[in-house]
Amino acid sequence: MVTSQASLKRDGVQDFVTIRATAIIMTAFSLFMLWYFISTPTVTYEGWHALFSHLGMKVFTFATLLSIMLHVRIGLWQVLTDYVKAAGLRAAVQFVLNLIAFVYVAVGLFVLWGI
Amino acid sequence: MTKHPTGIRAKNVKKQRPVNLQLNTISFPPAAITSILHRITGVALFFALLFVIGAWACSVSSPEGFEAVQQQMNGWLGKVIAIGTISALSYHILGGVRHLIMDMGVWEELESGNNSAKAIIGIWIVLTVVVGVLLW
Ligand code: HEM
Ligand code: HEM
Repeated sequence: MVTSQASLKRDGVQDFVTIRATAIIMTAFSLFMLWYFISTPTVTYEGWHALFSHLGMKVFTFATLLSIMLHVRIGLWQVLTDYVKAAGLRAAVQFVLNLIAFVYVAVGLFVLWGI
Repeated sequence: MTKHPTGIRAKNVKKQRPVNLQLNTISFPPAAITSILHRITGVALFFALLFVIGAWACSVSSPEGFEAVQQQMNGWLGKVIAIGTISALSYHILGGVRHLIMDMGVWEELESGNNSAKAIIGIWIVLTVVVGVLLW
């Protein structure tokens, strides 16, 4: 179904796969950070800054932020469709939440760029 | 008022519908609790990211920012937010992994489903206590 993958239309199967694929990336990032905090006796600015200076870590961090945006786009939509029945209000709330998610990614991009 | 074909008025038909507003008689099995917790922690995490990404941006940008964040993290508000965020994240991951396992067709029976539900709630409480003790 190449055509449906390429189109902007969403379907349930795509949402299902996106939620799960992004979940795996975010879990990997969480476990990595957990390992970092456990294995580093004292977290210093130098060490913390150096960690995010690695190209690999920048890519990993950015991929995680993108995953968060895609994940909550679907996840928060699921929640909103259950509780907010008025279409106009729901569209407005969804827009604001998606904007916040986009800002998360944008902030991450600018910060990573500057490191 | 429209007449029902039987002659009963529609208003009366409506009245005879069974209702169950006795909330204390509705039981919540473990699987239902894990489901609503997964939803609550998902929404909470979204807003917690405001602090997490803010603190991260601040802390990697300059030595002064790093120090400021460290200071905040040593205050009670910073600790409450950090422990709350980690607790929500660990529950959401546990619930999410349970979802992924159930997607593969495992733990879908009533008994195994309820057991895995109880297990993740147990693991979550233990993890939260450990994180709370370590960070406080
Ligand atoms: C920190 C970032 C995260 C946020 C803000 C977030 C938020 C959400 C939200 C709001 C939902 C919708 C909940 C519902 O419909 O009841 C959801 C669903 C889901 N999340 Fe997350 N999540 C995050 C990270 C993760 C991680 C790391 C995993 C890893 C296992 C994960 C796994 C899932 C799964 C499997 C679902 C689908 C549940 C279902 O189908 O009902 N999420 N998430
Ligand atoms: C997963 C949870 C969290 C982690 C791992 C975390 C970690 C950090 C780190 C590493 C810093 C920078 C330390 C420094 O620059 O000295 C920081 C700063 C900070 N954190 Fe947290 N934090 C978390 C949650 C929170 C929460 C929930 C709040 C909510 C109030 C919060 C508030 C702050 C503030 C206000 C700063 C200082 C920012 C500034 O420089 O003005 N943090 N945090």
